[in-house]
Amino acid sequence: MRQLITTTDLPRERIEAVLDRAAEIDADPSAFRDRYPGTLLGLMFYEPSTRTHMSFETAIKRLGGDAVDMGSVESSSVAKGETLADTARVIAGYADALVLRHPKEGAASMVSEFVDVPLINAGDGAGQHPTQTLLDLYTIRESKGLDDLSIGIMGDLKYGRTVHSLAGALTNFDATQHFISPESLRLPASVRYDLHEAGAQVREHTDLDDVLPSLDVLYVTRIQRERFPDEEEYRAVAGEYQIDAGTLEVADDDLRVMHPLPRIDEIAPEIDRTDHACYFEQAHNGVPVRMALLDLMLDDASGPSGGEA
Amino acid sequence: MPDRQLRVSKIEDGTVIDHITGGQALNVLALLGIDGSSGEAVSVAMNVPSERLGRKDVVKVEGRDLSEAELDVLSLIAPEATINIIREYEVVEKKRVERPDRVVGVLACRNRECITNTDEPVDAKFEVLPEGVRCEYCGTIIREDLADHLAI
Repeated sequence: MRQLITTTDLPRERIEAVLDRAAEIDADPSAFRDRYPGTLLGLMFYEPSTRTHMSFETAIKRLGGDAVDMGSVESSSVAKGETLADTARVIAGYADALVLRHPKEGAASMVSEFVDVPLINAGDGAGQHPTQTLLDLYTIRESKGLDDLSIGIMGDLKYGRTVHSLAGALTNFDATQHFISPESLRLPASVRYDLHEAGAQVREHTDLDDVLPSLDVLYVTRIQRERFPDEEEYRAVAGEYQIDAGTLEVADDDLRVMHPLPRIDEIAPEIDRTDHACYFEQAHNGVPVRMALLDLMLDDASGPSGGEA
Repeated sequence: MPDRQLRVSKIEDGTVIDHITGGQALNVLALLGIDGSSGEAVSVAMNVPSERLGRKDVVKVEGRDLSEAELDVLSLIAPEATINIIREYEVVEKKRVERPDRVVGVLACRNRECITNTDEPVDAKFEVLPEGVRCEYCGTIIREDLADHLAI
């Protein structure tokens, strides 16, 4: 795997290869400790990030390598007006692989035309976030398995990049996907097109109650204030897509509730103490899964078919 | 062709684009970058009766041939168009437009948040779908009013 830009780069066998490797790492992290001494991962974050940024840095360091970080946009040459294409070409000369987060959709796809090192999309605006999807899938596989799955994906489906990537990747598995959102935040036409082309089983709802009892997994995402013209409308709509212990009374006892984090108020803290809550475990999985992804990509890049070893 | 349909004069050398979807002639001229300012002779007929299309537009341009990229986008906004290449008042070649697999640099992405709508050194590229086109960078699908997104 040379690059991971969207979930179209992730057919089922690649997903399973990453998840299997992540499970090996989880079981015996010390076996992977000195795998990449001297390897440098270039971190290019044009948007604030805590979890993704730190988990990539942790992942490469736990593999024995190190990270070089562009730093914040304000303190870099970006502030002087340098293009992303130029910055990426320069940093690709310093590092063995690049991780990019950028506010514009398609940014990672564009950068892939300018660099030869392995490239990972760590979020491109309202586009895609495929490494989040890998850790989501790992978390689902650990608790439920990925086939014969009924999953509800709720919240901001229009701008939610984690949603777009997860929905695309789930078409590789025998999963029924229920999308629950206000009408104004339903899945974008491009994502629906891909799901349709993939022959996915997709249902759209505006009301969680319609489907909650049938779900194995409920994936909650945040509805952001700036998506609405005024505070009142935001509060009215967002309130319908928040869950608490009362909401989950009709759910299956084994329902797993996931969230890419950060959450604000869409999952009440009282759920944290129940067996439904799975989001912190999900966040912890970010490190072994990103270690596994880096391991497979760096290994490919240094192998005989990888080019400039 | 009966004389009463000859609304505009013949051209000596150039291109006649016939069977343009009714109402699209001005978009075709925009696509070709023709606004009359460079002095070439241009004739436009709009919404004239057509057996095949009901109504159609026709554009005649003196001294101008069409590039492959121009033909690609023309096929998207006027899929039934026929191209007549004229030399010394005679039609020397007649061809239909063909839908390409992709178009590069002639359409702009309608998604304002797409990386191609920034100062980055890339042209917008689109995959041609059975209905519409799709941005190869951000994935946005444009189905309607393609002519509104000409990058010219």
